[in-house]
Amino acid sequence: MSFLEYAPAPESTSILHLKKSYGLFIDGEWVDGRGQNFSTISPATEKKIATIATASPKDVDRAVAAARTAYDRVWSKMSGSDRGKYLFRIARLVQERARELAVAESLDNGKPIKESRDVDVPLVAAWFFYYAGWADKLDYAGLGANPRALGVAAQVIPWNFPLLMLAWKIAPALAAGNTVVLKPAETTPLSALLFAEILQQAELPPGVVNIVTGAGETGAALVRHPDVNKVAFTGSTGVGREIAKAIAGTDKKVTLELGGKAANIVFDDAPIDQAVEGIVNGIFFNQGHVCCAGSRLLVQENIHEEVVGRLKQRLSTLRLGDPLDKNTDIGAINSKDQLERIRTLSDIGEQEGGERWSAPCMIPENGFWFAPTIFDNVQTSSTIAREEIFGPVLSVLTFRTPAEAIAKANNTPYGLSAGIWSDKGSKILAVADKLRAGVVWANTFNRFDPASPFGGYKESGYGREGGRHGLNAYLKGAAK
Amino acid sequence: MTIEHPALAPAERAVQLLGGDLTEKSLRLNLEGLSGVDAVGLEQRAAGLATRSIKTTSKKWALDKIIELIDLTTLEGADTPGKVRSLVAKAITPDPSDPTTPRVAAVCVYGDKVPDAIQALGAAHGDPDDGLISVAAVATAFPSGRASLRVKLADTADAVAAGADEIDMVIDRGAFLAGRYGAVFDEIVAVKEACRRADGSYASLKVILETGELNTYDNVRRASWLSILAGGDFIKTSTGKVTPAATLPVTLLMLEVVRDWHRLTGERVGVKPAGGIRQSKDAIRYLVTVAETVGEEWLQPHLFRFGASSLLNDVLLQRQKMTTGRYSGPDYVTVD
Repeated sequence: MSFLEYAPAPESTSILHLKKSYGLFIDGEWVDGRGQNFSTISPATEKKIATIATASPKDVDRAVAAARTAYDRVWSKMSGSDRGKYLFRIARLVQERARELAVAESLDNGKPIKESRDVDVPLVAAWFFYYAGWADKLDYAGLGANPRALGVAAQVIPWNFPLLMLAWKIAPALAAGNTVVLKPAETTPLSALLFAEILQQAELPPGVVNIVTGAGETGAALVRHPDVNKVAFTGSTGVGREIAKAIAGTDKKVTLELGGKAANIVFDDAPIDQAVEGIVNGIFFNQGHVCCAGSRLLVQENIHEEVVGRLKQRLSTLRLGDPLDKNTDIGAINSKDQLERIRTLSDIGEQEGGERWSAPCMIPENGFWFAPTIFDNVQTSSTIAREEIFGPVLSVLTFRTPAEAIAKANNTPYGLSAGIWSDKGSKILAVADKLRAGVVWANTFNRFDPASPFGGYKESGYGREGGRHGLNAYLKGAAK
Repeated sequence: MTIEHPALAPAERAVQLLGGDLTEKSLRLNLEGLSGVDAVGLEQRAAGLATRSIKTTSKKWALDKIIELIDLTTLEGADTPGKVRSLVAKAITPDPSDPTTPRVAAVCVYGDKVPDAIQALGAAHGDPDDGLISVAAVATAFPSGRASLRVKLADTADAVAAGADEIDMVIDRGAFLAGRYGAVFDEIVAVKEACRRADGSYASLKVILETGELNTYDNVRRASWLSILAGGDFIKTSTGKVTPAATLPVTLLMLEVVRDWHRLTGERVGVKPAGGIRQSKDAIRYLVTVAETVGEEWLQPHLFRFGASSLLNDVLLQRQKMTTGRYSGPDYVTVD
């Protein structure tokens, strides 16, 4: 027997008590949707988890009306410290139900339980704790005394970090005094619906947060709704562009957090073993379904072979499989559509001369899977070096000097994040200063903290989430 | 003007890697040219490995493997022939209630207790690969290493002459921290030579870095590299007399050096974390770290050891739990 074939260590799903079907969460209650119901499935098994309602434009109307009423009558009149109490209560309930939420997230999204358990859910709690603390300190948010909430916020979130993106949206909105209508992604509504139960448990006043499920049309109806004051969207650049068009000319405030094609720059004086870990974490974390993923590895030419060799060896130890197994490193691709996209772009990468290498791993029969893959010898003109793949696919490019690294790193329509690996502090600061990316990590990658603003340049969107900046996105200055 | 670069003892590995003009300078350049270690990243990786969940059949295998890799140790000023006999009896029969329990790899004692250990072992003395038990002796003015080279060599030669199969030496941390890498190197080479038996074979040499005193991961990497270049068969974290002793990040780092050495030369060097590993679940984390860093083939007594004493009983309790399905107490395993 091989020790490395660790015996199965599945996280128990017995903690999860799911309903067969879920309605819409509007005005503190569950109501039926008027649209066509759909199923949410587990991408690891393709088995149905639950029936989910679709919110029609009329349902969206109803949700926005509930949010407006709650804003006018309750939430805008409540003191900051009282709003903070609700947020603290939510944060504690998230911690109490952490295991349940982690299991639901891995089941519905396909991400490994070790990530939902150790990253997603703890960060969700951290986000609520952080913004709970802000609720009674808005005078220090940088907008002068007595800043005001915007009103009703329409929030549309993606499927890659379903619950975490919900927290990024809801926590600052509520702390600033707004009410919310949120639409989770079509393929991953489960954790948001469990979160609605947490809101009931926390006795949040009805209508302060409303959750409507559905596909793109539901989201479009929500962001176009005339009684919405703020639109916050995380997702693809294409949809982001549509939203920007739809709300142009209105007085809606908007935050868009879109795609990315981050450069992860490894200099020859980098701590090599840790850099290899960082490269792995940068692109294979969450199956590469990360908008800020380090999908372009820029490695100094004189250590190129060494780094790629070490990387391949490391990738060969990654364990792909059941997302609920505690030893799984790489889970399932979230949907069939996404898997198709990853396959198509990888085929193009091969046709364009990239040297493809995939980690040897057993692919389960059912479900959507893609082995961790590296493309070596990729040029800046290659499609896979320019387009966001949103999957476990790394493009390797080389550079000779810091100036060339900076030029190549910035040569993308995106600008969400970047990474720098070097043992030399002065070099890190000098390079970081010239990178056009919203987040630059030094000797680490994919680290998130509620106190740190996050957002992009160029086609990666605008506005910031997290920190004081994230709070400002839900506030306006006092009436003059 | 000529610059003097004192030549170093021509250890085979170092000569092959650095060339014939082996000097303090060439050694220094090599060690200083090693890539740095990012402490945060290293500790993060170790913490990640520690989250592996080892259950059922894997756990059963791991517990037996841990026993097979233990250097059962007593290193007290109060050690007596009776204490050593008791330790050896425990090494031979770790769990009298279960004859399927494997034996430990070695017993580890002070040099003057080697004859007692060998006598107590009797026919059970030999190579752990044959199911027998080796005798390891600490030497070179263990644990501080603060004595003249002459004394250290005599200490080593005495233990080897008495029949020790393995020598656990300490490096001169003072010389290392003062930047006198050549002195540390030459000393290891000389101790290695003192491990030579009359028949020309050598006792296996474990080089203790005492990582708790080297303090930084960069130092640990350099000292590991230096010890391997000088001819160490094993690199070992600690004496057990300094806190912190073995930690998972330090052991991971040393395993990475061993892995790199193997990639470079095809040669396998052993690693021994020692001190502070008291519980089965901690030891299992080390097994995971070994398997995922250098590979499973390292999980054998000639390439990986645990320097431990109280660990054995915790493993035995866990092992009994896996067999009987219930936890027992400390009185259901023997004290040594």
